[in-house]
Amino acid sequence: MAYNDKVLDHYENPRNVGSLDKNDPQVGTGMVGAPACGDVMKLQIRVDEQGVISDAKFKTFGCGSAIASSSLVTEWLKGKSLDEALSIKNQQIADELALPPVKIHCSVLAEDAIKTAISDYRSKQKGVDAP
Amino acid sequence: MKKPIYMDYQATTPMDPRVLEEMLPWFVEKFGNPASRSHAYGWEAEQAVEKAREQVAALIHADPREIVFTSGATESNNLAIQGVARFYQDKGRHIITPVTEHKAVLDTCRHLEAEGFSVTYLPVQTDGLIDLTALEAAMTPETILVSVMAGNNEIGVVQPLQAIGQLCRQKKVMFHCDAAQGAGKIAIDVESMQIDLLSLSGHKLYGPKGIGALYVRRRPRVRLKPIQHGGGHERGMRSGTLPTPLLVAFGKACAIAADEMVAENQRLLALRQRLLDGICSRLTHVNVNGSLVHRLAGNLNLSFGFVEGESMMMAIKDVAVSSGSACTSASLEPSYVLRALGVSEEQAHTSIRFGLGRFTTEEEVDFTANLVVEAVNRLREMSPLWEMVQEGIDIASIQWSGHH
Repeated sequence: MAYNDKVLDHYENPRNVGSLDKNDPQVGTGMVGAPACGDVMKLQIRVDEQGVISDAKFKTFGCGSAIASSSLVTEWLKGKSLDEALSIKNQQIADELALPPVKIHCSVLAEDAIKTAISDYRSKQKGVDAP
Repeated sequence: MKKPIYMDYQATTPMDPRVLEEMLPWFVEKFGNPASRSHAYGWEAEQAVEKAREQVAALIHADPREIVFTSGATESNNLAIQGVARFYQDKGRHIITPVTEHKAVLDTCRHLEAEGFSVTYLPVQTDGLIDLTALEAAMTPETILVSVMAGNNEIGVVQPLQAIGQLCRQKKVMFHCDAAQGAGKIAIDVESMQIDLLSLSGHKLYGPKGIGALYVRRRPRVRLKPIQHGGGHERGMRSGTLPTPLLVAFGKACAIAADEMVAENQRLLALRQRLLDGICSRLTHVNVNGSLVHRLAGNLNLSFGFVEGESMMMAIKDVAVSSGSACTSASLEPSYVLRALGVSEEQAHTSIRFGLGRFTTEEEVDFTANLVVEAVNRLREMSPLWEMVQEGIDIASIQWSGHH
């Protein structure tokens, strides 16, 4: 199988690989997928006081397309508000990376990771705000 | 573009230049049909065909009259299994075959099930070997055929052919062996191993693609219902004009394999050990899939924990290998062979098959080992699973969300 240039670029030069402190209240973590399925994505976002995503990091166990999908969304997330981030759809990821049908699930997983990370952040904030 | 180093010898082998040289005159100068009895073109081709038949037979200690030429091991497997099943169906309609066989055997058996035959798919042990007691227990008075491969294409595991042959003979069940991967790599003797039918492939032993053979025992005689009908070539078992150049090449490839097998195996075993040491001395969490003892010298199948197989292949793209990961197949299922060994789905996703062969060099092995170590380290840095293991979290204890 030959890979699309954009997938290769993200795979060979992944953006924002790494971890943020998962105990930091400003950080939301989303871990999706399963080792048995061959993909696990961990996406983390740091949200500033204005509610804007100031940093995003990922770690992914999975094929090249899964790595590229997660790398791409970390780029897209920075500077976005949470609502803007939630509007990212898997189809946009798949289109940008020209993923073949058999790899669409990688983009679905990346969308799920965004949603899970944001919901983790929001539930932490509720905990902080609670009297 | 510079081509990657070839380490996929179980997929196919390059043709040996000595084989090509032998083959070339039979395309243009000596083009006769070996079935033409009325002129010198035919006679010369027939002589070449008979020499090839002797060379193929010699590799497995058979009589040349027991060799039926086919298009390859897939056809041989089909002819053996379907041919025996249909000829002997009045005697019984039960077949036994291990779950780790090649698709050419498994799918043929599935096909026969649809025709009313019953098939026992025999489980294997964690090292990939079949359990002889389980094989014996699976036999019924209805059993007509046992089909077990010589060497496995994914994990290289070599089955105990001699013991299987003995058991089958004692139980008066026919024994078919798919030796596409074993022939020319391990010593095969159809007499001492009591094999009744045996499939061979040209391109797995440095011969051309599109040619193979089926050994069919004469004493005690094994009979087949042919699949392909026509001019009655190959004693009526497989009609179709014999492709002289391919046969000449296949024969030569078998002759070279017979001459050089012992020395070649020694060399390959040393190379394989070098590859394994080069990798395992510098990486943790690497597992060998399948027995390392009962194994083709040119096969190494490794699981690299926490590194998915397809991304691994991308990282070592300067080496041509294959993976048991689902992502490399259309089915999205990880290797059924590895699953049959009890390898977890997760581990199966991280497996890479290294196939070494006649033209593999020490430099290539060292280059590959270095590349693998570098790639695994890089991908583990990127792997959330590896991070969890470093933090002391037990991955098996986690409730994972996704399920495909």
